[in-house]
Amino acid sequence: MENSPLFRSGHTACAGCGQAIAARLVIEAAGANTIVVNNTGCLEVFTTKYPDTAWGVPWIHSLFENSAAVASGVEAALIYLGKKNATNVIAQGGDGSTGDIGLQALSGMLERGHDILYVCYDNEAYMNTGVQRSGLTPFNTNTTTSPAGAQSSGNIRPKKPVPEICAAHGIPYVACASVGFPQDLSRKVKKAFSIKGPKYIQIHASCPLGWRHEANQMLPVAKLAVETGLYPLFEYEFGVLAGRKQITPKPVEEYLKTQGRFKHLLNNPEEVKKIQEIADNNIKKYNLKLES
Amino acid sequence: MKEFIEGSHAIAEIIKATKPGVISAYPITPQTHIVEDLAQMVANKELDSQFVNVESEHSAASVVLGGSATGVRVYTATSSQGLFYMQEVVFNIAGMRLPVVMTCANRAISAPINIWNDQQDSISLRDSGWFQIYAEDNQEAVDFHLIAYRLAEDKRVMLPVMVCMDGFILTHGMETVDMPQQDKVNKFLPAYKPLYKLDTANPVSMGLLADPDYYMEARFAIQETMRESIGYLSEISGEFNAVFGRDYKDLLVEEYQTKDAEKVIVAMGSVCGTIKEVVDEQRAKGKKVGLLRIITYRPFPYARVYEALKDVAKVAVLDKAVSLGAYAPIAVEIKAAFYGKKKGPKVVSSFVAGLGGRDITLESVHEVFRRLNAKEVNSDFIDLKPELLKEEYGE
Ligand SMILES: Cc1ncc(C[n+]2csc(CCOP(=O)(O)OP(=O)(O)O)c2C)c(N)n1
Ligand code: SF4
Repeated sequence: MENSPLFRSGHTACAGCGQAIAARLVIEAAGANTIVVNNTGCLEVFTTKYPDTAWGVPWIHSLFENSAAVASGVEAALIYLGKKNATNVIAQGGDGSTGDIGLQALSGMLERGHDILYVCYDNEAYMNTGVQRSGLTPFNTNTTTSPAGAQSSGNIRPKKPVPEICAAHGIPYVACASVGFPQDLSRKVKKAFSIKGPKYIQIHASCPLGWRHEANQMLPVAKLAVETGLYPLFEYEFGVLAGRKQITPKPVEEYLKTQGRFKHLLNNPEEVKKIQEIADNNIKKYNLKLES
Repeated sequence: MKEFIEGSHAIAEIIKATKPGVISAYPITPQTHIVEDLAQMVANKELDSQFVNVESEHSAASVVLGGSATGVRVYTATSSQGLFYMQEVVFNIAGMRLPVVMTCANRAISAPINIWNDQQDSISLRDSGWFQIYAEDNQEAVDFHLIAYRLAEDKRVMLPVMVCMDGFILTHGMETVDMPQQDKVNKFLPAYKPLYKLDTANPVSMGLLADPDYYMEARFAIQETMRESIGYLSEISGEFNAVFGRDYKDLLVEEYQTKDAEKVIVAMGSVCGTIKEVVDEQRAKGKKVGLLRIITYRPFPYARVYEALKDVAKVAVLDKAVSLGAYAPIAVEIKAAFYGKKKGPKVVSSFVAGLGGRDITLESVHEVFRRLNAKEVNSDFIDLKPELLKEEYGE
């Protein structure tokens, strides 16, 4: 990975970490006049092992679940200092810190109308503590706390709809992006910063360690999630669906077979069918299918 | 200027005079009047501040953490469950060396739920790296907030300060308070100039991961700062006295009739007013009794306690908190102050009183003196109702 003055390489992420690439894309799109507030999680740990830091912008970490609230304080202080218009504020964290333990702080930040972009790096589990399920772990995923076994085919619940929960706050902008589509990701971050008020972007970020795929497969795996309809890339403006990335849907098996976390499903067509239904519902709900 | 004023209102007025740029709090009795007043001041444009209405205490503490890290003076207030809900952030603020000032309007802890005063809430957070300063009356509560900001923002310190005041007894009590004038406040407490801050012109990273090679030194640094701050407190209170014409000495302890005393009660907060009355009454009868009031509970002033009590025969420590399964919190410190020393009291007995707002009357204090005899007691509860114990537990 090339060096960037805002997000330097030399951090301690696993090889092929999608979150590392996504974070660099986000901060480059946001620019140097940005303050970043980070929850606890992989990104925080692998970028700021004292005395080193990968960040070329002002950056602060407080706790696992409070980046939305700390960022609210940063924004309030910038307004007080008369510096808000010249400064972007990003609050960010993983899917667990965002959608589970930090959901209340996130909702508070959105409801209060702070001019902050919240970025959720969705690697679909608690990776920093060793691949436990989160509310955003997909249905039937094998994790260390939703293990597949004789009685179970993995995580029993579908992904928590955090983008929809955010959109229901009526905020100006909500988007899903993927590290598999870097240009789309950058465009969405830039678009978010062209809008005043609270914004939420959720980025699907592949994790070779937790998903169990080869480090060099980060981009194709992430792409397949979008192309099967399992990770739809849509945009909401003020609570109304305003855009989506259309696809020629591929069968979900193509995605599932790339990763060890779904390996137990491949001789279980019943369970694969349930996952295909989730993709089909997404395709219908967000009108993802390209007209041929 | 002397004003007859409610405690909470006086606190809001003094906070206004300190000009915090970010205020955030979440309602909980008996702290609410303070932040309601501040919200009104911001609404009236009397106070130029960002008042952030959060969804929880965890976020209130996080907001002031973020504001302070961005280089702005900040304020929050809470009580009881609210303080407990903040706890994770409270420790974090100290670890990040941010000069946050908070009022704790002391209140009992659930369960059973109870809104009245004791000191269990703040005392439970004694190990967090915050200074804890306890007021006896509303004059002190007001003055201590000014001292708190000076101390917290002192470049040698850079640690948060909790000003503790007994809920209802002080927060809702009407008293005459000599309110510090704005020009004097400006003189004593200049605008906040941060040592480090989040600033795009000079990017820094804050709150990094420290592995075993680095973590201990960060904690040691706080421990050392707290130790040294005992001296800074005397220095700052001296300056305060010069500007405002008060007589706070070192702000660590208050010695009331302790010089030749044979029996001394050690206590903290507003109950000391009641104890002083009893001491006066007993002294009038020729009894050699006194009071040692702890003002600063963290850092704990061991040396001052030792000096004040080394020649006293019998000491009764009156705690408005318990450490369930152990000795009461202040009692432990008093015993520690004499451990391994040549001189010291023959008897250090520990009493627990006033939990959940039970009145500590003049008679309660008399009873403490009466029970203070040759036999030491530990965590002896005063004013218990045996008939209720029978009902509850079928003794
Ligand atoms: C209050 C609290 N509970 C639990 C933890 C332990 N913890 C740290 S990071 C983490 C998981 C992070 O998962 P996620 O937010 O999805 O980020 P990732 O590491 O996957 O990028 C957990 C459980 C903590 N630090 N604080
Ligand atoms: S565990 Fe996953 S998210 Fe964490 S650093 Fe490794 S690849 Fe990245």
